[in-house]
Amino acid sequence: MRMNGAQAVLESLKNEGVDLVFGYPGGAVLTLYDAVYKLKFPHILARHEQGAVHAADGYARATGKVGVVFATSGPGGTNLVTGIATANMDSVPLVCITGQVANPYIGKDAFQEADICGITTPVTKHNYLVKDVKDLPRVLKEAFFIARTGRPGPVVIDVAKDVFDAEIDYHYPDEVSLKGYSGNFDGDEAEIDAAVEALSEAKHPLLFIGGGVTLSDTANEVRRIADITGFPSTCTLMGLGDMPASDPSFLGMVGMHGTYAANMAIMECDLLIGIGVRFDDRVTGVVTEFAPKAKIMQFEVDPVEVGKNVPVDYRVLGDLRWSLPRFAEKLQKSGVDYSAQTKGWRTYVMKMEDDHPLSYKEKPDCIMPQKLVETVSRLMDDDTIVVTDVGQHQMWAAQFYESRKPRQFLTSGGLGTMGYGLPAAIGAKLGQPDKKVVCFSGDGSIMMNCQEFATAADNDVDVKIIVVHNHTLGMVSQWQRLFYNEHYSQSELHGKTDLVKLAEAMGAKGCRIDDPAKLETELKEALEEKGPILIDVMVPEVEDVLPMVPGGKRLDQMVLEEE
Amino acid sequence: MKHVISILVCNHPGVLVRVASMFSRREFNIDSLAVGITESPDFSRITVVMQGDSYLVSQMIKQLEKLPDVRAVERLDPASSACRGMTMVKVKADDRDRLDVLKIAELFRAHVIDVEPTTLIFEITGSDDKVTAFMQLLAPYGVLEVIRTGLIGLSRGEDTLVKHSGERQYYGKNLL
Repeated sequence: MRMNGAQAVLESLKNEGVDLVFGYPGGAVLTLYDAVYKLKFPHILARHEQGAVHAADGYARATGKVGVVFATSGPGGTNLVTGIATANMDSVPLVCITGQVANPYIGKDAFQEADICGITTPVTKHNYLVKDVKDLPRVLKEAFFIARTGRPGPVVIDVAKDVFDAEIDYHYPDEVSLKGYSGNFDGDEAEIDAAVEALSEAKHPLLFIGGGVTLSDTANEVRRIADITGFPSTCTLMGLGDMPASDPSFLGMVGMHGTYAANMAIMECDLLIGIGVRFDDRVTGVVTEFAPKAKIMQFEVDPVEVGKNVPVDYRVLGDLRWSLPRFAEKLQKSGVDYSAQTKGWRTYVMKMEDDHPLSYKEKPDCIMPQKLVETVSRLMDDDTIVVTDVGQHQMWAAQFYESRKPRQFLTSGGLGTMGYGLPAAIGAKLGQPDKKVVCFSGDGSIMMNCQEFATAADNDVDVKIIVVHNHTLGMVSQWQRLFYNEHYSQSELHGKTDLVKLAEAMGAKGCRIDDPAKLETELKEALEEKGPILIDVMVPEVEDVLPMVPGGKRLDQMVLEEE
Repeated sequence: MKHVISILVCNHPGVLVRVASMFSRREFNIDSLAVGITESPDFSRITVVMQGDSYLVSQMIKQLEKLPDVRAVERLDPASSACRGMTMVKVKADDRDRLDVLKIAELFRAHVIDVEPTTLIFEITGSDDKVTAFMQLLAPYGVLEVIRTGLIGLSRGEDTLVKHSGERQYYGKNLL
């Protein structure tokens, strides 16, 4: 079929099953947007390219599909960088299509020219500069293939402006042929056998669940393994929801702000079974003292992650969709009564959990942020998607929101991008229109992409944005309080901004809650409003996220809530 | 410890940037880097000399293998591979010294590639030790300029990098 490059892009997106694109037009993508207009391709106009890319990220995390973004050359592309890096750190599949100046102008410092491939190389799984329209269908095919297979990640396709105008006989390839990437992530059966063998000797085993489980949609396999073995489990921030929070042998999140039981179990276990985890520094505490008594087992798709941060004793390389069902099957057939073998240990860790639950002290006449999260958790149904920004509220959400299912706790874990929440919530809601979407944000984070209230309002995207408003950059001030002699340098936010009016000015609703007695009723009312709403909840300025493992300390050297 | 890593990459623009930026981003220290064509127009070969322990080498190899433009990576074992780098030396040598300098060069099998009234330029290939010794002997005459290519190397026998990549064990069937 004869068509121009712009139409070829959209045809290829259709072939990949893309039903929604997020973006922002500009000079270098005018032809692409003309095709969007002519083909009526579903597209959400963000109010900033960063909003568009976070929305695509939220869409991808909530649905498991590849998020797609359009942006123009130069500033359009550079505005995507934070969002691309966010997706890259959390292994989220994205395809970002940016315009580049026309071929004859490349390298001439033309208007709105920036080397987007050069800029994004360190923060993408792969990227392309397309200078010839003949390459376009193949590159799109490869980009989607690379983005969604193996360890997923963002791929950038930078397309010279004249390529969008050039004509081709369009044919979308059926297969990809890449010389350095196979897309086959099956592993070695012998590694699974060794893992099964190791389990039969474990007395104090612990399942350690990470974002890889969410990304590969293998939470059910993990739950099955937990059922077969009866092993207690813990998770990383990115693994929240893979085990239901209500599961009695689930100890909660591990790491810097993990639960007492989870952190102590890591320190005391003799076999740590990591599944889709990468032993990030927020998880390990001082890395040389991480899980000192344990043999470490790692189920992982990316060979680089095995042995990168901690030495690994048993590795099972390969896609979790390949390894976990086989592992579960072999455990089942092994005839070993894992549950009996580890009964004392399970009782022990579950008692730790009962004796040291997450806690906080009420303050008179104050809405405690933890209580706010607990209340929301109680009010929302099992299918609700929770999105967070970054900071104290993010950790309170991780601790006190009962995550029940995978792909329902969306947060910028690796990069810690403030401003992620609102646009990601919009993307998540558009991807899962039948699910409720609640976003926890802070009065710091929300301002970083507050322009996206306009996107939510204009497209009537029903997101509930709860601002945990403490008039401070909470996590910064917590560290200043603990480690910098309470020098609250540039972290106080006693400004004149009225967040409710801000949301209202852009056509969303807004309300403020400051009476602890009315928290639940007012929250309930606000959450039941139709359409996007900002719920501005006043909480005390001084409140720490606890437990906390300070930098350079072991996981068992937690600062705990004082009795 | 010094390691020679041989990398077969797709002949795409920007591949060198991908590889080099990964080195700097991940703090791999590179002594030298040489890039050139291969028997196939589809591929180039990058040879890198790096310093580091076995952890660093294995991390570097795995990070390289992750790049979609990288077809194969191999650490060249000194015992079963041949490595060479070329050095060019410009040395002061007038009528008085020229014969002495040429004699030294002959001993080291260095070739003269330029003769001027007061200078000579030699090319010499071989091990680091040999080149270092040669330069030490030339030093009294006055070494004006030295330039060295990065090391390049091949494994001995019928083993090739492509073959090696096909037989790679550690990732099950696959990856490349």
